[in-house]
Amino acid sequence: MSVPLVALNGVTKTYSGITALDDVGFDIGRGEAVCLAGENGSGKSTLIKILAGVEKPDRGRIAFDGAQQSALNPRASAAAGIKVIFQDFSLFPNLSVAENIAFSAELGEGVTLFRKRHVRDIAARTLARIGVDMPLDAPVETLSVAHKQLVAICRALATDAKLIIMDEPTTALTEKEVRALLAIIRRLKADGVAVLFVSHKLAEVLEVCEKVVVLRNGRKVAEGMASEFDAAALTRHMTGRDVALRAPAALDASAPVLFEVASLSKAGAFDNVNFQLRRGEVLGISGLLGSGRTALAKALFGLVAPDSGTLTLGGLKVPLGDPLKAAAAGIGYVPEDRLTEGLFLLQSIGRNVAVGRVDAHSITGLLARAALWAESADWLNRLRVKASSIEAPVRSLSGGNQQRVVLARWLARGPQVLVLNGPSVGVDVGSKAEIHEIIADLSRQGLGVIVISDDLPELLSTCHRILVMRAGRITDDIPAGSTSETELAHRLAS
Amino acid sequence: MLEKANDNPLRPAAPSLFARLAASQEARLAVITVLVFALMGALSPERFLSVQNITSMAFQFPEFAILALAMTLTMLTGGIDLSVVGIANLSAIIAATILTQLAGGTQGADALGWYALSVAAALAVGLIAGLFNGLLVAVLGLPAILATLGSGLVFSGFAVVLTGGSAVMGFPEVAAFIGNGRMLGIPVPLVLFGLLAAALAFVLSRTAFGLKVQMLGANPLAARFAAVDVTATLIKVYVGSGVLASIAGLLIMSRANSAKADYGSSYLLLAVLIAVLGGVNPYGGYGRVIGVVLAVLAMQFLSSGLNMLQVSNFSRELIWGVLLIFVMIVNARPDLFQFKRRPPAA
Repeated sequence: MSVPLVALNGVTKTYSGITALDDVGFDIGRGEAVCLAGENGSGKSTLIKILAGVEKPDRGRIAFDGAQQSALNPRASAAAGIKVIFQDFSLFPNLSVAENIAFSAELGEGVTLFRKRHVRDIAARTLARIGVDMPLDAPVETLSVAHKQLVAICRALATDAKLIIMDEPTTALTEKEVRALLAIIRRLKADGVAVLFVSHKLAEVLEVCEKVVVLRNGRKVAEGMASEFDAAALTRHMTGRDVALRAPAALDASAPVLFEVASLSKAGAFDNVNFQLRRGEVLGISGLLGSGRTALAKALFGLVAPDSGTLTLGGLKVPLGDPLKAAAAGIGYVPEDRLTEGLFLLQSIGRNVAVGRVDAHSITGLLARAALWAESADWLNRLRVKASSIEAPVRSLSGGNQQRVVLARWLARGPQVLVLNGPSVGVDVGSKAEIHEIIADLSRQGLGVIVISDDLPELLSTCHRILVMRAGRITDDIPAGSTSETELAHRLAS
Repeated sequence: MLEKANDNPLRPAAPSLFARLAASQEARLAVITVLVFALMGALSPERFLSVQNITSMAFQFPEFAILALAMTLTMLTGGIDLSVVGIANLSAIIAATILTQLAGGTQGADALGWYALSVAAALAVGLIAGLFNGLLVAVLGLPAILATLGSGLVFSGFAVVLTGGSAVMGFPEVAAFIGNGRMLGIPVPLVLFGLLAAALAFVLSRTAFGLKVQMLGANPLAARFAAVDVTATLIKVYVGSGVLASIAGLLIMSRANSAKADYGSSYLLLAVLIAVLGGVNPYGGYGRVIGVVLAVLAMQFLSSGLNMLQVSNFSRELIWGVLLIFVMIVNARPDLFQFKRRPPAA
């Protein structure tokens, strides 16, 4: 058997006591496509960083072409032909296609002066290699997501890539674009270039892969021929359990309309959005990256000012474009990015909850501290946040507990409508189930809940109804019981 | 799931008092302050430890210490107010102009009335200047460091235009009390600083505004997402800073018995240094008034001691600058200052 291109053996990495990778090992052969699957937090990103030379493993061996790499760094890794294409592609939006493609190759040749003809040569050659025709002089910012991805692939190829690592390659692509990508991957493989797909939803790339490796909580839990896996098997290995899709309890047919969105538009983000939310209803909104779902979610909470349209809550108009007024009207918003938008990481757990209620507890001008802390502690208890102390910094909590801290902050305010953007991103499977349970409870208490997510099983098991967004418009309105994951995926990406 | 849970996983942890003291920035600072005092006392005992020196220090430091309180307030939000000295001088010049032009040579009850009016005018100048800064930073979203650098020049410029650059002097006797008087034997500036520091500590820990200031400083984006009234809170912060600066201006005016556009030019660096030395995080979110008070004392002991040792003024600015950079490095990279224990020799 020939020497593998990349061989990992017993790779272990811990961050301040938390094991991110535990004794992981697998091989990638020349011209082979490998699918590395795992949920958020399973150790996928750590593995990418180790291969790219950004992080050093605590233990374990890494060999490129049979040569042991004892002190890998980003330069050594790139020189060995390992190229990572991150989810955001790391392109220069204001530079042309040709300049973006040739950038790394030119740097690699150590040139000091810009050679326009040479740059165009490199770009044209590389594009020809993957069989794609693109205007060389177009600024990259004008391209579609799929074309940007191709530019990123070409940039890697222009520097003699042997292994291209693609992080979450399909999250923003339509089905047609995914098929085009797969065709290109086949050409690359025939050319001897290996590909490592890293993602939490990989069913769509399985057909071009030789091998599948599944990570869960930092350990390799499955490895095998791609032909032995299907979407259900991948999910089972990734989550460690059979996720039974159980639709939520049916909504009371007489539940009154609580919240109404009418002809909400914002140029470049979303267009003429209309929907109603009833008391106790859990409404899902889904769409690909860039479909406008996040802008819409923010607009509901006043973080984005729509150009036109109205929001009506309990018969009263909600002022647009002002989060303070939206919150006062009874709308709560749990943001997508917990770490930068949701939490005050260095502040205590208690303060992270209390910040939402300081005004309510300072009617006399003085802060009623005892009442405020008691209320915060009570909500943390109700949501079963596991922490050593309410005084500990919120940063010390796990993802699932952090998410519950943000939920506690909003629930303490007693909102009528709660907008949850990606409620279980980056939390472990157990916490995810508990967060879904909390959503079901809120619905039973009569709250209107809007769940924005691209996690289809999550939507199917929590929502009474799912709206699908494409290019800023709501294109489908699907009652939960009447669809399957496959059909929903098709509607998102067709 | 949402019923009240009976078990309480959130019992507050109670580490020993000593452990908490050893871990706190303020405790370390207290040790440093005592050490500086002891060092200066040892180097020049008969002069540094004299009653006269101690008293003169108590009159000296409150004027820049109050500016440091203003700096603390803005730095807590991750901002800064470089216009404090400009506001202080402009406020003092407005007050001084009222006293000299309108009050004339009046004494007694009349003079007190005019003085009260001049104080009110000075505070109003601080408030308006702070509001101006607040609008630049909170509403227009300018970076605080540039906005207040510019506005500081505007305020100083006004002061120069109003006075032609010369000192305004000739106040009634009542104006001397705040800078040179004593209450129960304690210098009035010290009393004033004590009251303002206590008030700021109270506002920061016991009011909704104080908590919001700290959370906003810790993560402005999360504050916005948590429906904190970021704009209003920031405006109040800069208004507070402006009013504190105008109080410092009244103090400087009283002690110098005059007002001038370029007084206290070294105080800006000193105020920033004290706030940073006192443990206020320049990126916002953390800072305690007790730390700032300790830093003020340490700086005054150092300054006064260097004076006794006849170190020139220019060298002192050099020392302040080096100290500021050193403290910032210690705060940013504590790992550089942890001496690793060598393994025991075999």
